[in-house]
Amino acid sequence: MNPTFDWEAAREALPLLLEGFRVTLLATVLGTLVAAVLGLAIAVAGRAPSRLVTVPVKAVMEFVRSTPLLVQLVGAAAVFTSVEPLTVGIAVLGVHYAAYTSEVYRAGIDGVPQGQWEACRALSMSPRRTWQAVILPQAVRNVLPALGNYAVSMFKETPFLAVITVQEMVFEARKYGADHFAYTEAWTLAGLVFLVASYPTSLLMRKLEKRLGH
Amino acid sequence: MSDFFSTFLDELPQISAGLWVTLEATVLGSLLALVLSFALGLMAGSRLLAVRGVSRTVVEFFRGTSLYVQLFWFYYAMPQLTGYELTPLLCGVVALGLNFGAYGAEIVRGAVNSVPRGQYEAALALNMSPVHRMRKVILPQAWVQMIPSFTNLLIQLLKATPLLWLLSAADLMTAVEHVRSLTGESLTAYLLLLAVYFVLAYALTLLMNLLERNAKRRLGLHTGAAGLFRTRSAEPVTTAGGDR
Repeated sequence: MNPTFDWEAAREALPLLLEGFRVTLLATVLGTLVAAVLGLAIAVAGRAPSRLVTVPVKAVMEFVRSTPLLVQLVGAAAVFTSVEPLTVGIAVLGVHYAAYTSEVYRAGIDGVPQGQWEACRALSMSPRRTWQAVILPQAVRNVLPALGNYAVSMFKETPFLAVITVQEMVFEARKYGADHFAYTEAWTLAGLVFLVASYPTSLLMRKLEKRLGH
Repeated sequence: MSDFFSTFLDELPQISAGLWVTLEATVLGSLLALVLSFALGLMAGSRLLAVRGVSRTVVEFFRGTSLYVQLFWFYYAMPQLTGYELTPLLCGVVALGLNFGAYGAEIVRGAVNSVPRGQYEAALALNMSPVHRMRKVILPQAWVQMIPSFTNLLIQLLKATPLLWLLSAADLMTAVEHVRSLTGESLTAYLLLLAVYFVLAYALTLLMNLLERNAKRRLGLHTGAAGLFRTRSAEPVTTAGGDR
């Protein structure tokens, strides 16, 4: 038992944690990308004219949103054993967050004034061109701050990946803590790295939100 | 498949004990979170800079460091540092309460700020004391606005409870994991587990809808019964912003 904070151990653990932090960032960036693209696809599909499309899509999204990420992650890793854990992790993070981002897109699309749709119809634009040239450019602009917030919260959930043996920061913290019996140092540092990385991003998102007039 | 369900039935006592632990963590964690939300959220509206500063710092600290790290800090780091050791369930309750309390504080702050300014002024003009003003005028109106966001937060909290499995607290996930390891039926086990969490989440939503209707009724706003069965409002939980 060492009742005090061991600075030597902390100095030794930090490079290892930062090494794992690269994987954390990679997973966050790729996961956000998947969530941003998939969420948009789901939101557009949710406005399909047929209920045969919209009802199942909404049901699946509600299910994904209401169930724990950790169970989804562990379950996916246990079922797709032949896929690399990092790939499974990014896919699950992306799908889980897509269930949220699709709602954000939906709100953004609903926020485009009805007159814009009518104008497109009056100009006899094709549905594809209506989405591409008129609706999405306006919707996506409003949605960006919310997407940023989800990126931050995904970043704080990447430690789950350690459970399916992705060697990200928390995986390294756990390993270092167990190997050197330096749990205090490893876990405190891991928390601080999260704080240092996520707080400025939060501030940035808040500024962006204010600038876009929310 | 049948192998899985027969094992599941054999293990039913453990499963229901696990379900109980999960519910305990959810209820106690959200109670702690609720108390902290109000304490920190009301502190954020204080006129004193020091009080506001304390609230801001605590909120940013617990939102900025990951829940996962906080949980493990309480479990592994705190005993080493202080000599106090918490049971896994208590660790979960404390970490969930602190983390979600920090998010909830933003909800309380936002809702209190969104009560029209004229209401403050009217209460002031009637010479109400600050406590009376808060209790009778501001909070009943703010409360209605808080409920949908609190519902989201509550579901998030429920969804975070499987973390207890990592501390080997005997929660629902631990129990189902055990059945899975006995039978090797991963797909069935995890789909079943997800379904149980989904049902729990929906039950909580119904409860919160009831609460919302009750709160609205107190303000003289009546809502139809159909609203009770809707799924929770999909309004995203604010993670970074929180200003309204």
